[in-house]
Amino acid sequence: MIEITWILALSGVLFAIGLFGLLSRRNLLFMLISLEIMLNGIALIFIAASSLHGNVNGQLMYLFILTLAACEVAVGLALVIGIYRQQQDLDVDKLTKLKG
Amino acid sequence: MIDIIFCISAAVAIISALLTVSAHNVVHALLYLVTMMLAIALIFFMLGSPFAAALQIIVYAGAVMVLFVFVTMMLHQGERSLAAERQLFNPQVAKGPLILSALLVIELILLSLGSVGLHQEILTGSLPVDQTVKQLAIQLFGSYRVLVVLAAIMLLAALVSAIHITKQGNKPDTKAKPIHKSGSTEFTPVEIEPNQAQTNKKTRGEHG
Repeated sequence: MIEITWILALSGVLFAIGLFGLLSRRNLLFMLISLEIMLNGIALIFIAASSLHGNVNGQLMYLFILTLAACEVAVGLALVIGIYRQQQDLDVDKLTKLKG
Repeated sequence: MIDIIFCISAAVAIISALLTVSAHNVVHALLYLVTMMLAIALIFFMLGSPFAAALQIIVYAGAVMVLFVFVTMMLHQGERSLAAERQLFNPQVAKGPLILSALLVIELILLSLGSVGLHQEILTGSLPVDQTVKQLAIQLFGSYRVLVVLAAIMLLAALVSAIHITKQGNKPDTKAKPIHKSGSTEFTPVEIEPNQAQTNKKTRGEHG
């Protein structure tokens, strides 16, 4: 049996790495990839909770997180393509069209 | 022994995540991201939910990654990505992800040979019957059926919005388009191809 604290620590580390990537990278594709890392860290907690409590609710939540991630990636990548068509660049610092 | 294998998988996951975030090239980042997802799938397997592990590999490491790679190839960011694609089948580039994935494969073989004693009951204490896939399906289409419908609606909404966003020639956008050097407001595939051919020629001329 794996200690639950280790899994929580791993999940926290993964979430922190993803958050760091999201905040530090300026490329839109890398920001989406960092979001994926964060979602994986969260999914890990749900699976660990499912195994800890001995029921399937955690795995069900993992299924819904998976659906959510698929939707997020689809819309995010569509936005990436749209932005690249308009700006010829994926740098978020250059996306200043909406600035007043 | 399980603890050691878990620690190795966790280390692989953290190292690949760090390398994903710090990579300069999108393709390298995606390779490390796939490795991280495989490591997490192995941890799911060790936690006694093989169904979630299979889904993680099929959906994340399969479908989502294919989407990312497809968009990366579609965007084709000038010479830098051309140089990156020239390196794509260079074994030097894929060395890191290959080593990390080989670690994971060795762990999986160790686990499935049973020498570590991987059976769900041993692994997660006394695992009750209601953690099987059958129980999951009963719960999913029983008490959680509203969520299933909502997830379906969400997927449909994502599909429609993705199609709408990427559709060529949205009317409201034409006014907001910046002035391109070519002067064209919309990019059709036919227009993109000659540009790519030009960059190809340019880089070939430089390197050839």
